Amino acid sequence: MLTIRRFEERVLQEFHQGNLPGFIHSYIGQEAIAVGVCSHLRIDDRIVSNHRGHGHCIAKGADMKRMMAEIYGKKTGYCKGKGGSMHIADFTIGMLGANGIVCAGLPIATGSALAAQLEGGDRISVVFFGDGACGEGEFHESLNLASIWKLPIVYVCENNLYGVNTATSYSMAAEHVADRAVAYSMPGIVVDGNNVSTVYETAQKAVNRARAGDGPSLIEFKTYRWRNHFEGYGLPDLRPKEELEAWKRRCPVAFTERQLIDRGIVDHEELKAMDAAIMSQVEEAVEFAIKSPLPDPQDALENIFSP
Amino acid sequence: MREITYEDAALEALQEEFRRDEKTVHLATDIAEPLLQEFGGERVRSTPISESAFVGAAIGLAGSGFRPIVDIRMATFGFVAMDQMMNQAAKITYMFGGQAQFPILIRMTVGTGMSMAAQHSINPYPMYMNIPGLKIILPATPYDVKGLLKTAIRDNNPVISFEHMGLGEFIGEVPEEEYTVPFGEAIIRREGSDVTIVALAKMVHLCLEVAEALEKEGIAMEVIDPRTLMPLDRERIKASVMKTGRLVVVDEACRTCGTAGEILASVVEDVTVFKGLKAAPKRVCGLDVPVPFSPVMEQYVVPNKEKIASAIRAVMEP
Repeated sequence: MLTIRRFEERVLQEFHQGNLPGFIHSYIGQEAIAVGVCSHLRIDDRIVSNHRGHGHCIAKGADMKRMMAEIYGKKTGYCKGKGGSMHIADFTIGMLGANGIVCAGLPIATGSALAAQLEGGDRISVVFFGDGACGEGEFHESLNLASIWKLPIVYVCENNLYGVNTATSYSMAAEHVADRAVAYSMPGIVVDGNNVSTVYETAQKAVNRARAGDGPSLIEFKTYRWRNHFEGYGLPDLRPKEELEAWKRRCPVAFTERQLIDRGIVDHEELKAMDAAIMSQVEEAVEFAIKSPLPDPQDALENIFSP
Repeated sequence: MREITYEDAALEALQEEFRRDEKTVHLATDIAEPLLQEFGGERVRSTPISESAFVGAAIGLAGSGFRPIVDIRMATFGFVAMDQMMNQAAKITYMFGGQAQFPILIRMTVGTGMSMAAQHSINPYPMYMNIPGLKIILPATPYDVKGLLKTAIRDNNPVISFEHMGLGEFIGEVPEEEYTVPFGEAIIRREGSDVTIVALAKMVHLCLEVAEALEKEGIAMEVIDPRTLMPLDRERIKASVMKTGRLVVVDEACRTCGTAGEILASVVEDVTVFKGLKAAPKRVCGLDVPVPFSPVMEQYVVPNKEKIASAIRAVMEP
């Protein structure tokens, strides 16, 4: 969690210093979900992410150097600079890509779960999406498909309460995203997404169910993003300041640190050392990105098709 | 050689490739009965009417090592799954820096002539040609549909097969033995020295009939069928126009921003070919209207033998 937090903080810093092209969707505030869910996954399990995907990549085991290089638009990035922040993928660790179109990853993840079923082993798929995705038809189509075929998949909704600036309390007819699971005959669970233990325990049940061949689940984690929908210009953050402050007091990273200290699992010194080690990894990633070569302009003409 | 229908030839292609490669999976809203019987319900799945979900699922399957074949049926239904085709299938190989392959075959029927009105009649391949990352085939004969579909299934990229609904019952020679048809190789259906006709899909057969008739008027038509639109065999078309000095492109799709315009532009922007032209090239295309229901209007908006013949006579005028 701390790795994701420090990575994202460093990305913000680089962005606001004008070192990064494009724009960035920060995962800060939602770290417990990626970590609590991905802790149950093996390297051969598959995940599909969304536009706010850095945290999922790190939690699934992606290399921060190649991530940062991609965010910088460098040749050494995961996608050779062709995808950027919103499209990081690493197929060697089962990270089937972040996706820039809201909800588009759900059918793709559902297909990867069909692949797992056809393979006959106990691999599973997980797809991460926001509350905004639940307004798309593909959300309903995918859950239905996964249910009729009993696919080994966990649908993880990170409900950060807003689709850009539109509150889900306004845009969604149901109170909870997970209420909709009833319509697709699968378990639907609503839990706190800022408590990593709760996330971990909830995800475990859904992951076990999928691995056992008992079918899909929908989990809704209530959470909040600390940053605007994206970093950049032209989009005001219209969410109430006091709401943001209240959620910041429920910081998933600080909460976990307190728990670890209270239970005597780590002390302040150990935490500090851990933080320093993480910071140096993140610095290495930034250094790698900065020192990496830019793509050649004509590289733009490669990889349109596979050989 | 034995003769079978276009539809049966297409089915044979799928059957042979399913036997050859156990990673093939079929997704379609209709039950593909002969495939289901031979290969079973695991690999041959009927789906709910959820085009976005099953096209997207095909992408997930492909990215996970399978070779899905998706039958969307009518190309007008394909619009429902446009994000998955245009934003996902076409782009993700590129956006992920080529680190994964997405071998997917998506089949759709196109065309007019069945009085099914505009939401069941269309030729949308030009707009797909405008999205880099998709291979596009447009088979006009039973031989080609079988050979091209087999190549498509073995290709490591998303391939869209547009199959004219007026050709399903069309009978033609198909050998018993194994063969494939390569992408990007146009075929000369009839040799001639006076005028090059590039004809697409069902128009190939109309143009061949026109060629018979115009031969009596002393016009020798060379009829070329590109067979695949992405890649498009521009060289063979240009070589033919170099020989004849005249070009007519015949396509049932709408005229504006169409494949016919692209072919015509590719030819005339080549200075050498341009200098050898004896007449301004012409297009015979569908009119820029939604396809109407009533047969008399439907026939009016698409190319027919008379329209084709008169365009050819016009380019032959001294």
